[in-house]
Amino acid sequence: MIITISSQNNSLESAPSLRFGRAPYFIKYNLSDDTWEALQNAAVNERGGAGIAASQFIIDNESNAALSGHFGPNAARVLSQAGIKMISFDETYQTVQSVIDAYKENLLNEVSF
Amino acid sequence: MVPIKIAVASGKGGTGKTMVATSLAVCLAEIHSVQILDCDVEAPDTHLFLKPTITENQPATLLLPQIDEYLCTTCGICVDNCVYHALAKAGDKILVFPQLCHGCGSCQLLCPEKAITEMPREIGQINLGETDSGIRFGMGELTISEPMGTPIIHQLKKYSDEAREFIILDSPPGASCSVVATLYNTDYVLLVTEPTPFGLHDLKQMIGVLSVLDIPGGVIINRDGIGDNQVENFLTGTPYPILMRIPFHAEIAQGLARGQVLVDFSPNYSEQFNMLYENIINIVEHRRLLPQS
Repeated sequence: MIITISSQNNSLESAPSLRFGRAPYFIKYNLSDDTWEALQNAAVNERGGAGIAASQFIIDNESNAALSGHFGPNAARVLSQAGIKMISFDETYQTVQSVIDAYKENLLNEVSF
Repeated sequence: MVPIKIAVASGKGGTGKTMVATSLAVCLAEIHSVQILDCDVEAPDTHLFLKPTITENQPATLLLPQIDEYLCTTCGICVDNCVYHALAKAGDKILVFPQLCHGCGSCQLLCPEKAITEMPREIGQINLGETDSGIRFGMGELTISEPMGTPIIHQLKKYSDEAREFIILDSPPGASCSVVATLYNTDYVLLVTEPTPFGLHDLKQMIGVLSVLDIPGGVIINRDGIGDNQVENFLTGTPYPILMRIPFHAEIAQGLARGQVLVDFSPNYSEQFNMLYENIINIVEHRRLLPQS
């Protein structure tokens, strides 16, 4: 199972990003072996359609779930069509690692549209 | 004879573009043939002053891709090439986002399966007519919730009456795509500003646009007497002269609030507008005689 977390920067110690489409980085994390990589979000500076472009990026990177603070309606339409789970976290999480830990402990909620 | 096309723009909103455009049209129409096009498609208001009789109504449309799911192999070439992100490939489906689509047609051209056709989607209206004094009138109106006004402006400008001596274009505020769409191919731009820091800030942006488009222009200072001298100081030494000053008077605000044209309720401005357009004619005709660079 691969999850992708929106992040302000490129490590597990980075602050997570509450914004999905315009998050500077995505941390792609493999739950089966705890390997991860930081991916730069090319959509961050798009004039429009950032949520759609970021969703496409998540799909193309073969993630099973996207974790962010908030998903816009366009992103939600793309991700749900692709069968990717949307999981939301709030501003209480200080690091990407803490979001991953919370997800593992089933403390985060799946967003439904 | 090619018409002289004069756009009225401002940068900052609410500086008096429509007041100037309608007064200019009314003054010109006394001895010339005139058309006015209201390109402020998000909030058109020229008709409130000129009260034209609308005789023709056309839908303004944008072409939107339709994907034939039987022909589509979800290869994703259309998605990769859509710079506006109006397409996404999710699972076994291509999703279309109508409000992000600019109608450029790339997806249809590039689809190897010919699975994409384009269908017109209505995004607004174009109203055409004439005023009692014989000014030909056109306005675009963007449907509420639609995000993109420029296609309507392009379509409205196709109704330019090339047999008229003058075409006045009332521009939207700002200095972005819809303003550029309005100003493109015009001969002269009247910049209406107010003597405030905000007026100056946006005036500078508009002058930047004019210099890139290489269109001559001049400035009308509205609400003269308020604010400061920064606009005047800035314009000194630029090729954009101050052509007119309209003072900050309650009578002007009252007249406009009644839906009247400035030169109709304050006829003393007619002479100034007549001088203004004579000036513009000279500049435009002089430029037309110059060899094209």
